[in-house]
Amino acid sequence: MKLKLHVWRQKNAKTQGKMVTYDAPNVSPHMSFLEMLDVVNEDLIAKGEEPIAFEHDCREGICGSCSLMINGVAHGPQKATTTCQLHMRTFKDGDEIYIEPWRAKAFPIIKDLVVDRSAFDRIIQAGGYVSVNAGGAQDANCLPVPKDTADQAMDAAQCIGCGACVAACKNASAMLFTSAKVSHLGLLPQGQPERQRRALNMVQQMDKEGFGNCTNQYECEAVCPKEISVRFIARMNRDYLNASICGSGPEKKAGGGED
Amino acid sequence: MNLDPKIPSGPLADKWTSYKGNAKLVNPANKRKYTVIVVGTGLAGGSAAATLAELGYNVLCFCFQDSPRRAHSIAAQGGINAAKNYQGDGDSVYRLFYDTIKGGDFRSREANVYRLAEVSRNIIDQCVAQGVPFAREYGGLLANRSFGGAQVSRTFYARGQTGQQLLLGAYQSLERQIAAGKVKMFPRTEMLDLVVKDGKASGIVVRDLVSGKIESHAAHAVVLASGGYGNVFYLSTNAKGSNVTATYRAFKRGAGFGNPCFTQIHPTCIPVSGDYQSKLTLMSESLRNDGRVWAPKSSGDKRSPEQIPEQERDYYLERKYPSYGNLAPRDIASRSAKEACDEGRGVGEHGLGVYLDFRDSIQRLGADTISQRYGNLFQMYERITGEDPYKVPMRIYPAVHYTMGGLWVDYNLESTVPGLFVIGEANFSDHGANRLGASALMQGLADGYFILPYTISNYLAGVSRDPVAASGEAFKEAETAVKDKTAKMLAINGKRTVDSFHKELGKIMWDKCGMARNRAGLTEALAKIPALREEFWQNVRVLGEGESLNQSLEKAGRVADFLEFGELMCADALTREESCGGHFREEYQTEGEAKRDDANFAHAAVWEYQGEGKAPKRHVEPLVYENIKLATRSYK
Ligand SMILES: Cc1cc2nc3c(=O)[nH]c(=O)nc-3n(C[C@H](O)[C@H](O)[C@H](O)COP(=O)(O)OP(=O)(O)OC[C@H]3O[C@@H](n4cnc5c(N)ncnc54)[C@H](O)[C@@H]3O)c2cc1C
Ligand code: SF4
Ligand code: FES
Repeated sequence: MKLKLHVWRQKNAKTQGKMVTYDAPNVSPHMSFLEMLDVVNEDLIAKGEEPIAFEHDCREGICGSCSLMINGVAHGPQKATTTCQLHMRTFKDGDEIYIEPWRAKAFPIIKDLVVDRSAFDRIIQAGGYVSVNAGGAQDANCLPVPKDTADQAMDAAQCIGCGACVAACKNASAMLFTSAKVSHLGLLPQGQPERQRRALNMVQQMDKEGFGNCTNQYECEAVCPKEISVRFIARMNRDYLNASICGSGPEKKAGGGED
Repeated sequence: MNLDPKIPSGPLADKWTSYKGNAKLVNPANKRKYTVIVVGTGLAGGSAAATLAELGYNVLCFCFQDSPRRAHSIAAQGGINAAKNYQGDGDSVYRLFYDTIKGGDFRSREANVYRLAEVSRNIIDQCVAQGVPFAREYGGLLANRSFGGAQVSRTFYARGQTGQQLLLGAYQSLERQIAAGKVKMFPRTEMLDLVVKDGKASGIVVRDLVSGKIESHAAHAVVLASGGYGNVFYLSTNAKGSNVTATYRAFKRGAGFGNPCFTQIHPTCIPVSGDYQSKLTLMSESLRNDGRVWAPKSSGDKRSPEQIPEQERDYYLERKYPSYGNLAPRDIASRSAKEACDEGRGVGEHGLGVYLDFRDSIQRLGADTISQRYGNLFQMYERITGEDPYKVPMRIYPAVHYTMGGLWVDYNLESTVPGLFVIGEANFSDHGANRLGASALMQGLADGYFILPYTISNYLAGVSRDPVAASGEAFKEAETAVKDKTAKMLAINGKRTVDSFHKELGKIMWDKCGMARNRAGLTEALAKIPALREEFWQNVRVLGEGESLNQSLEKAGRVADFLEFGELMCADALTREESCGGHFREEYQTEGEAKRDDANFAHAAVWEYQGEGKAPKRHVEPLVYENIKLATRSYK
């Protein structure tokens, strides 16, 4: 197939970016989207132009690195599929494809299609864990967990931290991401002791990072490659409300260490 | 080169307990006076960094991805072994130990492997406490599945995303310590050299991948957890960024490299579809629990699978290895697939594939059960190939997957450079010549949560608590060397892209140092690789600049190291004149099965760098078996 690509090029965080058009004359339907970009990049290098920078690592849909807006849709047209797992057979000869980075205030652009998603790590730092040090845990089967509960926790835990939910949301809200972690841990018995504090601290951090509010449009769920359900947002809101009412105030410092 | 494994005395089962009882400790108030560098945030590095910080050490932690959560461990699918015997099917620490040694074709160190089996049980406890959502039975207890090379069910799993869930557990513990100020995290930062000062590992030189700045960090000890080097083959199941740079540069600074030729080819991956192929996708080995592997009986049979009647199908694993059947270990399953294809019985467009068929189990168990077990894997397969495995058998072919070789370490997980510790896939230790499925995750977490924290304390207790600084001759020299090398790559401005070199190297490695190796092929590779390397340094084209995000430059540095390392692998494969595990030398076989030579090769080969342009030197660590009898591996 022959395709025409319009790609966002931006030298670095400080300079202005713009869309640049490239031809992709030799695309096989069996290629993945990123393999198609690899081929375009090899041609660019041959011509002496700097290749397009984009993020990727596992190319198996699990690391959450890849992150492209494809024709205005985060991760492109195929449901429940990351950019790296999207194959060119979803496109047809002659198509024009617009390729842009995630756009959100909390995800500043670093170069071309690469953005800074460290805000997600800081949301986890605010409470996305169970405070348990290595060593000394009781036998794993001491505490049975109903299969149903474990399965639901797993549904939430599948989030790959890609940020598509933020990119798709007109408010750039990180509610789906945050609620996935709050729910994963909040559903399990091991996560109960810190449940309310966790919800409160993580939501506060999310606001601090400049993510927007949720106005129940559910664009996030529609693009999420792991099909994380918006039910978890409702669940997090309940935990958050409980925490606010019961006054489980934010903790200053978490974690171990000596000092 | 001193290769004393430092195995504690006493009976096998008591060694680790007595080691812990006698190890030197650092008192709690002094721990914060020590700084430890951890390179890597996969299962090994992530768990080690978090645990060291929990103990009170200051940790500087590095990864090249934008977040520690994206380390390659995230991609592991099938599961993690542990000798819990929850199924009451006769499992025990000893049995897991024995299976691992046997699976590794008797080329690993008894004491290390026993300890691994012993702490495997703690891993599951720790992970459950962290909130890892392992699969459970209706009664609420943990579920298990069986995996290749074992006759018990000891594999714990979280759907087909076990690595992801275990890594997120470690990552969350790590983030907790970052929040506590005990770990300083450097994402998007690549280690480009090891600094050895006064004979001890004292720091590293890194490049900030966003600003391009090259700088150094000092510490009282350095831990490498940088993963495996399967990408030397260009095509592998590893993440695109996985590389040998950290361990290879440590090798050039004096760390011995153990068994570099021991690589694992995984039997169940999606076949290559074209020359644009950028990586290979694994289909978890757990599929072999319910899928049956077959190829047509006659060569050149081009009929579609449903048209091939039962009596014209060769379920070759069941035929050749009746007691293990489709669960034969990986090296054996891979080689059998290659044999079938070499005989012209391969399937798919290029004839490089065999079937993994779920027809019978779907009939027996129903599509729902199969979907519950493997739903996401089936989906992934369909996304990539456009074929529905509920209807058409999967096509699979072996692909490079894991590297058993790595930096040599003793019982302390310390390399031949004092103060340099190596954990996870980056070291050579526990899997001998072949790793059993679900044992890499076990090893990474055993090293990071439960072993290194003890052994590194034992080392630090003997090291001055004075603050360290990245200054002095050794740091300056290493930093300058890195800067020069970077500048040189940017200045060449030749005609070929980095990827084109990487692909060419990969093809040489796959053809000559892959599933089957022989003297002529290896000798040929040993001539071709230096020539290719030469051309790289004359003719590679790396555009852009050093002082910004430059993905071509990152790749170029990694490929430059692969171009040296590939030669080391071939040299190792050539000098190991036997077949064992994943290392199959065509000259050494009996009736198609690997022929081990215990009289001459019951040792680890450890290579010592001798300087630019000089052949590295081969040393050996004899493997002494006090508790088990060396036996010919049989899965028949
Ligand atoms: C597709 C797939 C499926 C698998 N499934 C299973 C399974 O089911 N069960 C099982 O037991 N094993 C499995 N394995 C094997 C297992 O996943 C790996 O062996 C294991 O995760 C390696 O962990 P690690 O911590 O040693 O390294 P990795 O997870 O590879 O982490 C390496 C880390 O080092 C960092 N790094 C590397 N080089 C540098 C550098 N120069 N500078 C800075 N940082 C650097 C990286 O950023 C990363 O953080 C699988 C492997 C693959 C490829
Ligand atoms: S919730 Fe979905 S879209 Fe958002 S980060 Fe997680 S996986 Fe990505
Ligand atoms: S590259 Fe890992 S999810 Fe796409």
